[in-house]
Amino acid sequence: MAADQLSVTFAALADPTRRAILARLAQGEASVTELAKPFDLSLPGVSKHLKVLQRAGLIRQSRNAQWRPCRLEPGRLKEASEWVGDYRRFWDESFQRLDDVLQEMIKEEKKNDGDQGEGDAQD
Amino acid sequence: MATKEKAMPKTEYTIEPGKQELTSTVVLDAPRELVFKAYTDPKLFAQWWGPRGYENRIEKFECRPGGEWRVTQVTPDGAEYGFRGVTHDVVAGERICQTFEFLGVPGHVALQTATFEAVGNKTRVTAQIVFQSVMDRDGMVASGMQRGADESMERLAELLAQQS
Repeated sequence: MAADQLSVTFAALADPTRRAILARLAQGEASVTELAKPFDLSLPGVSKHLKVLQRAGLIRQSRNAQWRPCRLEPGRLKEASEWVGDYRRFWDESFQRLDDVLQEMIKEEKKNDGDQGEGDAQD
Repeated sequence: MATKEKAMPKTEYTIEPGKQELTSTVVLDAPRELVFKAYTDPKLFAQWWGPRGYENRIEKFECRPGGEWRVTQVTPDGAEYGFRGVTHDVVAGERICQTFEFLGVPGHVALQTATFEAVGNKTRVTAQIVFQSVMDRDGMVASGMQRGADESMERLAELLAQQS
């Protein structure tokens, strides 16, 4: 994904109301009126948020039905999460590898302390 | 290589809503000097930084105040990710403070500080990262979504709800 696309996606995700809208849509499609209700938002207010989400490719608004339901577009979210999703994995696994390296270092140190000449291949 | 069964270090993340920072803490079963060495010796650093199976190409590793660092990670399928930054401060055995930029999304520079504390014969490493905006950080926070895991809509809903 292009860097600016990522920025647009993150900007859209940075707002708690928009994340709540996405959470609602994750349960199934909903009309603008339905989306406005729990958030105590005016219709123009919720439309503004929807426009941002739509521009970010995170949702799609159907043109077919009269009530024009909004729907989640999981693709973009997935792309964004694939980039950021590495963060925890990155550090979880880094520290596991670091632990391995440290244990090797400790072993090495012990070996250097322990055998002043004689090898320890015997047992 | 057959390794003995041992407890894997568990990393804890602190991510408060609306803040620009992110903190992770891990306790490693090794004395502080060794941990510090593993962070500051490029040969050792290359062996652990990044997910398993990733190779580190150390292009620059000047671990001193004002020094530059630049590392490219090569994934098992050959993709390359570049990272770079400048080291602001290094206090032996205690602290490393440097900037951090992922070159895949250039211009989003974070300041990261790793602090090392001795806990008996173990070491607690606290890594604080301060981003330029809440938005930058939240990009990272969204990382609660695990890569490769089934992106079921329910989990997604849970996650989004948590962050609201």
